[in-house]
Amino acid sequence: MKRSQKEAEDSARKITRRSMIMGGFMLLTGGILAARMRYLQVERADDFRLLAEENRIRIDLLPPARGLIYDRYGQLLADNEQNYTVVMVRENVEDVDAVLDRLSHIINIDMASLNRAREDMMARAPHVRVTLADRLSWDEFASVAVNAPALPGITPEVGLSRVYPFGADFAHVVGYVGPVSDYYLESTGDTDPILQTPDFQVGRYAVEARMEQDLRGEAGNLWVEVNSAGRVMRELDREAPVPGDDLQLTIDTGLQNYAQARLGNESASAVVMEVETGEVLALASSPSYDPNLFVRGISVAEYSSLTENPYRPLASKTVQGLYPPGSTFKMVTALAGLEAGLIEPEETITCNGFVELGTRRFHCWRRGGHGRMNMVDGLSQSCDVYYYELSQRVGIERIAAMARRLGLGVRHDLPLSGVASGLIPSREWKLANRGSEWVVGDTLNTSIGQGLVLSSPLELAVMTSRLATGRQILPQLVRTLNGVNQRVDSFAEVDIPAAHLDVIRQGMWSVTNFRRGTAFGARVTEEGYEIAGKTGTSQVRNITAAEREAGVTANEDLPWDRRDHALFVGYAPADNPRYAVSVVVEHGGGGSAVAAPIARDLLLRAMYGELPPLSAYPVGLRRDIEEMHDNMDLLPLEILRSTGRVRA
Amino acid sequence: MSYLEYTQKATPTGLRKVLYLNWALIILLTAVACVGFLMLYSVAGGSMRPWAGPQMQRFTLGLTAMMIVAFTPIWFWRNVSALAYGLSLILLLLVEFFGTVGMGAQRWIDLGFMRLQPSELTKITVVMLLAAYYDWLDIRKVSRPLFVLIPVAIILVPAFLTFIQPDLGTALLILVGGAAVMFCAGVHWAYFAAVIASAGGIVTAVFASRGTAWQLLQDYQYRRIDTFLDPSSDPLGAGYHITQSQIALGSGGWTGRGFMQGTQIRGDFLPEAQTDFIFPTLAEEFGFVGAASLLGLYLLILLFCIVTAIQTKDRFSSLVTLGVTATFFLYFAINMAMVMGLVPVVGVPLPLVSYGGSAMLVLMAAFGLVQSAHVHRPR
Repeated sequence: MKRSQKEAEDSARKITRRSMIMGGFMLLTGGILAARMRYLQVERADDFRLLAEENRIRIDLLPPARGLIYDRYGQLLADNEQNYTVVMVRENVEDVDAVLDRLSHIINIDMASLNRAREDMMARAPHVRVTLADRLSWDEFASVAVNAPALPGITPEVGLSRVYPFGADFAHVVGYVGPVSDYYLESTGDTDPILQTPDFQVGRYAVEARMEQDLRGEAGNLWVEVNSAGRVMRELDREAPVPGDDLQLTIDTGLQNYAQARLGNESASAVVMEVETGEVLALASSPSYDPNLFVRGISVAEYSSLTENPYRPLASKTVQGLYPPGSTFKMVTALAGLEAGLIEPEETITCNGFVELGTRRFHCWRRGGHGRMNMVDGLSQSCDVYYYELSQRVGIERIAAMARRLGLGVRHDLPLSGVASGLIPSREWKLANRGSEWVVGDTLNTSIGQGLVLSSPLELAVMTSRLATGRQILPQLVRTLNGVNQRVDSFAEVDIPAAHLDVIRQGMWSVTNFRRGTAFGARVTEEGYEIAGKTGTSQVRNITAAEREAGVTANEDLPWDRRDHALFVGYAPADNPRYAVSVVVEHGGGGSAVAAPIARDLLLRAMYGELPPLSAYPVGLRRDIEEMHDNMDLLPLEILRSTGRVRA
Repeated sequence: MSYLEYTQKATPTGLRKVLYLNWALIILLTAVACVGFLMLYSVAGGSMRPWAGPQMQRFTLGLTAMMIVAFTPIWFWRNVSALAYGLSLILLLLVEFFGTVGMGAQRWIDLGFMRLQPSELTKITVVMLLAAYYDWLDIRKVSRPLFVLIPVAIILVPAFLTFIQPDLGTALLILVGGAAVMFCAGVHWAYFAAVIASAGGIVTAVFASRGTAWQLLQDYQYRRIDTFLDPSSDPLGAGYHITQSQIALGSGGWTGRGFMQGTQIRGDFLPEAQTDFIFPTLAEEFGFVGAASLLGLYLLILLFCIVTAIQTKDRFSSLVTLGVTATFFLYFAINMAMVMGLVPVVGVPLPLVSYGGSAMLVLMAAFGLVQSAHVHRPR
């Protein structure tokens, strides 16, 4: 269309004006965009930089190597071994079942555990690593690696796993590690993030559990750059984990092994201590079990066979078992009497076989009575009547106070699980717990270690050490932690006159070396190796008057769990004590026949540092002892002599 | 002065046209395209494939197309604008019935050698037809209601066809691009004020009615709006794009992490980084300096185009140039505002930088129109 000059100029002016307005609007928008850019990129740059780092950087924890546990000579008791595992991440795997099926053809894996791992994997977030199988052989491990292209999401990995080379011998001392349970997290309140990593194991029992914080070490960190799918693109930085502290126990592996073997299949326990230092050389509890089972994951059948066993293999009887100490308590009563000045060592008490208290008779173990007994005789022949008479003079308060001074009824907190405290009864205790008044009969029962009084084998060993040294020995289980000494170097005097202790020691010497002593059969014939001790036979049932009339049923005729406990405490060498021992055989029968020979053998093994020579035994026993030695399944000497790798 | 009056006497012919090209504009366009090549190379992890190489070929093709369009007299384009508009409408309808479904939307027709996106073409043909319309229309009638309704219809028909593909972004570009031509042609501002006011009223009504018995949108639609307004409320769902985009942008800082060093893009945290979200990648690797420079280049292109529009005294040339300018502006402004969280995520690429065939080709052809206006302007 043809336009006039004026029209064309108007049009051009209008367009110019409008395009200027539009341009201005565009410039304004550009300004807003630039301002927004500046706000995001300059003012909030640090915030976004942080978010970007959170996006791309993942911190993986590197598990620390657990501290090793050695015996007193550097023998390795708990080691970390390489564990070949197969780990799977289901993220980015299209057909999980097909992959698992292929894996089951490559390695030997049972379907039940594979299904368990599969369910675990499906229940967790897609990027979580789940262990499908562990403890693979090298061949299996290698074949998984070779078949990697056919197994998406699966990686073979090498980890560390706890192993206990001496198995059952140390189950009750070293304990075991196991997986972190919800209960563990709740009960310990432990918030260490390494606990959240799958397959991490923590100490669950005994030293492993109680020294957990020292043994665990500190997790390292691995900073990796990941993409949006969580796949690692490269490693950015690494902070090495700090291994846990190594631990050296006071235990002597050879002695521990011998003690476990000597207890055999009895339901029994034994403690061997160094009297001067309180160092515990052996803490044997039988039957035992293989702690490695718990590390690998114990099957239901295996576990129920342990819990259903009437001999209670899972119990550490040395510290958890509480028994009436029986006649091994008589030294306490005697010392209380001497200290109170209510009896002289040479003063005699006549035993007619029983004491009458009101209408009730308290019997001596020997029906016909012992006749006239002084203190040494009272100990060596274990005359109950002597102590019945003596305790009526002394009273329960003095007896209880002496018992505590000797370490009974006191919790000796070794780093073990379930350490129990014995019971030394008092008037107040009985009123509060039994709701009845203390009667003299209770004092009589307590004086011979029956009735309410309870002690653990560890307490009895401590008592024996204190009697042997006259000092307040405390048991020690840890020698060094990370090379630093953990023992107490000196112990205060127990504050009992030496003359009193000498009478007691003479009595304990007579028990095993005097022809009429209750444990004469368990004497040592090698000069300088003689042992001293005290037998104990504690009843677990009441003998009624009617039964006593008809004749007490012999132990062998009773069901196992009604039989007497057999006890023995002792030390050796008698003239220069170095080792103390306590032995409790549950429902084993008589202390002299059952417990004393075990105690003798343990003391001899401790003194000789190897299998004792037959010359140490009375001639009549040598053939049996030789046979016993031949039948014992002991660690070979070359293993015991090869010391481990103690870190300085 | 109409084109008939200077056709023969003032226009350059033959090779002399090359001298009359707006070379500054060509250099600026090439510079922006090079930024695109660089970023596509980086997004691919330091590789010409799969994006940077093809993009270069397309740019070369685009440059050629621009030259062809530029050397063709501008009045030719005026004469064929109605034809082009009709053709693009037919193609849009074809897409509606025979198009290939891609990314959940019917957008292109497979021509064998390339995929044609008619909606891209439509953006320019609408501008051309509107410019021709106002060139034809008596200037005094421009603001009369009947003559306002005609261009509104010209805009709304293809905008609606694009919207139902569905391609909200392109529909918006057609709508606003067309409106810009109407504005520059001198339509009374009261019309625009009325449209803006009623749009504002609708938005207010939508929000005011929320939670009441007569609310205007469904609940899920409100939630989408919420996500836009506060992306962090749904960081792994709909807000993911925009959250990651802002992280990429923000973490660039002043000077950026360096070429090929962007962690957001290396770690695949930023989806669609080769198309709609290429700007955050640039911002992450080259920082505020790089991002602002690109914005500067864009603004310079606008400046040169507007100057061309003012210099050409011919109404068609001016309006078509301004329409192309407005469309180009809308492209990058919406894209940048979108990745910076200023407007909702609508699929609009960053012009000349984002990977995409038809968009690049059509845009270069559109700049060809600007060049043609420049070459054939009266002197």
